[in-house]
Amino acid sequence: MSDIVLETRDLVKHFPLTRGVVFKKQYGAVRAVDGINLQLRRGETLGVVGESGCGKSTLARLLVGLETPTSGDLFVQGKNMSQVSAEERRRGRRNIQLVMQDPYTSLNPRMTVGDIIGEPFEVHPDVLPKARRRARVQELLDLVGLNPDHINRYPHQFSGGQRQRIGIARALALNPEIILCDEPVSALDVSIQAQVINLLEKLQHELGLSYIFIAHDLSVVRHIANRVAVMYLGRIIEIGTEDEIYDNPTHPYTQALLSAVPVPDPRLRGHRDQIVLTGDVPSPANPPSGCRFRTRCWKAQDVCAEQEPMLEVRDKSGHPSACHFAEVRDVVHASE
Amino acid sequence: MSTDVNVKMEALAGVDPNALPLQVKDLQVEFRTRNGIAHAVNGVSFDLRAGETRAILGESGCGKSVTAQAIMGILDSPPGFITGGEILYRGVDLLKLPESERRKVRANRIAMIFQDALSALNPVFTVGFQLAELFRKHRGMSRKDAKARAVELLDLVKIPAAKQRVNDYPHQFSGGMRQRVMIAMALALDPEVLIADEPTTALDVTVQAQIMALLAELQRERNMGLVLITHDMGVVADVADRISVMYAGRVIEEAGVHDIYSTPAHPYTKGLLESIPRLDLKGQQLSAIKGLPPMLTNIPPGCAFNPRCGYAQDICRQDPAPALFQVSPSRTAACHFWKEVKGDE
Ligand SMILES: Nc1ncnc2c1ncn2[C@@H]1O[C@H](COP(=O)(O)OP(=O)(O)OP(=O)(O)O)[C@@H](O)[C@H]1O
Ligand SMILES: Nc1ncnc2c1ncn2[C@@H]1O[C@H](COP(=O)(O)OP(=O)(O)OP(=O)(O)O)[C@@H](O)[C@H]1O
Ligand code: SF4
Ligand code: SF4
Ligand SMILES: [Mg+2]
Ligand SMILES: [Mg+2]
Repeated sequence: MSDIVLETRDLVKHFPLTRGVVFKKQYGAVRAVDGINLQLRRGETLGVVGESGCGKSTLARLLVGLETPTSGDLFVQGKNMSQVSAEERRRGRRNIQLVMQDPYTSLNPRMTVGDIIGEPFEVHPDVLPKARRRARVQELLDLVGLNPDHINRYPHQFSGGQRQRIGIARALALNPEIILCDEPVSALDVSIQAQVINLLEKLQHELGLSYIFIAHDLSVVRHIANRVAVMYLGRIIEIGTEDEIYDNPTHPYTQALLSAVPVPDPRLRGHRDQIVLTGDVPSPANPPSGCRFRTRCWKAQDVCAEQEPMLEVRDKSGHPSACHFAEVRDVVHASE
Repeated sequence: MSTDVNVKMEALAGVDPNALPLQVKDLQVEFRTRNGIAHAVNGVSFDLRAGETRAILGESGCGKSVTAQAIMGILDSPPGFITGGEILYRGVDLLKLPESERRKVRANRIAMIFQDALSALNPVFTVGFQLAELFRKHRGMSRKDAKARAVELLDLVKIPAAKQRVNDYPHQFSGGMRQRVMIAMALALDPEVLIADEPTTALDVTVQAQIMALLAELQRERNMGLVLITHDMGVVADVADRISVMYAGRVIEEAGVHDIYSTPAHPYTKGLLESIPRLDLKGQQLSAIKGLPPMLTNIPPGCAFNPRCGYAQDICRQDPAPALFQVSPSRTAACHFWKEVKGDE
C-alpha cells in the first residue's frame, strides 16, 4: 500500500461574488483556496499555518468533502475522489474525519453525548451493528479520557476541553485513518490546551493515525507537526519538515510570521530578530499580481509583480519555497 | 455642555501627586445570580507605578475583566457588586468619591481598551466623529479643532492616510486598524493609566506584534502606567515589568517578570509555564495541569487550586486559604509550600 494517504493536485475553491437578487450576476470571486498541492504520509502530522482568512478552513472542508472543489483533484489512498463510484467515495470520506475549532457550537445542544458520538453510525450503518454501538461509544469515551458513565449527559454539562474530547471521540467513531484538526485547541485555555494536545498525540501513536493539524499558533504546530505548510492568500508559500520551516525558513512571509511570535522567556526580550510587517493583508477576491506577498514584502523587486514565484526548491535549504529570492534567515533562536 | 470639565486633577481633594497613579487594595466583587453568589474577585491587590507595565495573567473566568471593570466603574451592576476594597488614584479612593468626580477621573486620567474593538466602537458614526466628540465633550474644543486633533491621533497610531480615513466608518477598517483606533480613543485625553484588556487576542500574530510595539512606544513617550490583561505568557514575557497571576478570583502570585519565569513559586504558575508549547523548543514535553478550574459559586475550601495541585497536603484542603507569603522582599505567592515549589535555582 502506498505511503501517501491523502494528496491534492491544484485544488481550487472560489466562492462567487454576486450582485442582484433575481438575476444573479457574478462580478468576481473570493479565491479562498487557489491551487494547493500537498501530500499527507501515513502516520505523520502535517501542520498548516497562516493568518486569518488565508483559506485554512476552506482547505479542511474540501478535504473532508464538505465543500466541492472548483477545480483540481483530491486523492484518498491513491484514489481520485472525483473519478470513483459513489460507494467508493463514501468509503473514502469515512476514512477522513474532521475535528472543529469551536467546542461550544460544533455540538448539538439537544443531543446526548452518546447520540453525538454515535451519529456517524447512522450515516454509515454498515460499520457496526446497532446492538454493539452503545458499547463502542463508551469505549470511545474512555479512549478520550471521559467517564463512560456520562453517556447520557448533554454538551452543556461539560467544559470546553471536555467538549473538544467529545468532538474527537465522534471523529474516531468510524475508525478513520486520517483526522483533520481545524484549530482544535485555539478556543481552549492554556492549561486545558496541553491536555487535548497530549490526547491527540497519544491517539496518534495508539491508532496509527495521520493528522492534518490546522492552527494559527505556530508554537503549537511546532510541538505537534512533523512537516509544516505555510499558507498565504489561498496558496502554500513554503513547505518542509518542522526543522526546515522553524530553523531555516526561506520565504519572507514565513520569516515575518515566525519572528512575530512572542516567546515566553523574558531573557529573550529585545534579542529577537523581529520583522514588523507594514500594510494590510490584501483581499482574497483581488490578490496582487505576481507574488501575492509583494505588497507587504521588504525584499520585493520588479520581477515580483510580473512573475508568480513557483513553490520549488531554489537554494541549499533543500525545501520548496514560493519566493524568487528565497534564502535562509535565522529568526527563531533555539533555546536550551 | 459645560466647558470647565477639563479639571486640573490636583484640584481634586486629597490628590497627592507623589502617590502612585493606581493602587488596588483587597478588591472584592461578587455577582448575585440565581445559582448563588459568584465570588468573581476575592481580594485582588496590586500597585502600578508611572511608566510601569503590570500584567494580569490568568485563564478564562478568573476575574481579570471584572477587576478592570471595577476600576473603570463599568461593572455590570446588578448583578455585580463591589463588596470591599479600595481603588486609589494618586491616593484618592475612587470608590468613596461622588459619582460625578469619579467620572472625571476615569474620563481623564484612567483609560481602557477592550478586547473586541468592533463592539466598542459605534458603527453608525465615523471614526473621526467619535474621536472628535471626546475633545468636544471633555476639552470643550470647537468642531474644527476637535477634528484636527482626531486626524493627529490617527496619525499617532499609524493609520495611513489619516486625513482621508478619519471620515470612514469602523467597519471599513481591518481588525488591526480598529484596535489602533481604540488605542487612539483611549489616549486622546492623555491618561496616566491605561488598562488594556486582551488588546491583541483577536488579532493575527503579525498584527499583534505591530500593536504591542505601538503601545510600548506610546507608553514610553508618555511615561504612562499600563495594566495589561492577558492569558498569553509570550506577550507578557515580552512587555511586562511586574506580573500578577490570578486564579479563581485571587492573585496567587505577584513578582517581577524574571522571577516568575525563572523560579515560579506557585504550582499553578509553574504548571502554566510547563504546559505551553514554545516556538524555540523542539521535542518539548508538555505536562498538562490536570482537571478544571473551579466554579466561582463553589470554590473549594482551603487553597482553590488544591484539587489540581501535585503538591497539595491536608493543610491545603482546609480554610483559611493560604495567605500571600513573602517569598522575597519583592515578591509574594499564596502557597503553603512555595519553598518546595520554587526550589533553589
Ligand atoms: N462560504 C463562503 N462564501 C464566501 N466566502 C467564503 C466562504 N467561506 C470562506 N470564505 C472566504 O474565503 C476566505 C478563506 O476563509 P477560511 O475560513 O478558509 O480562512 P481561514 O484561514 O480558516 O481563517 P481563520 O484563521 O480566520 O479561520 C476568506 O476570505 C473567507 O471570507
Ligand atoms: N455580568 C455578569 N453576570 C454574572 N457573572 C459574571 C458577569 N460578568 C462576569 N461574571 C463572572 O465573573 C467571573 C469572572 O469573569 P471575567 O470576565 O472577569 O473573567 P476573565 O478573567 O476576564 O476571563 P476571560 O479570559 O475569559 O476574559 C466569571 O466566572 C464570569 O462568569
Ligand atoms: S517573490 Fe518577491 S515579493 Fe514575493 S516573497 Fe519573494 S521577494 Fe518578496
Ligand atoms: S497551597 Fe497547597 S494546594 Fe495550594 S498551590 Fe500550594 S501546595 Fe498546592
Ligand atoms: Mg478557519
Ligand atoms: Mg476577560
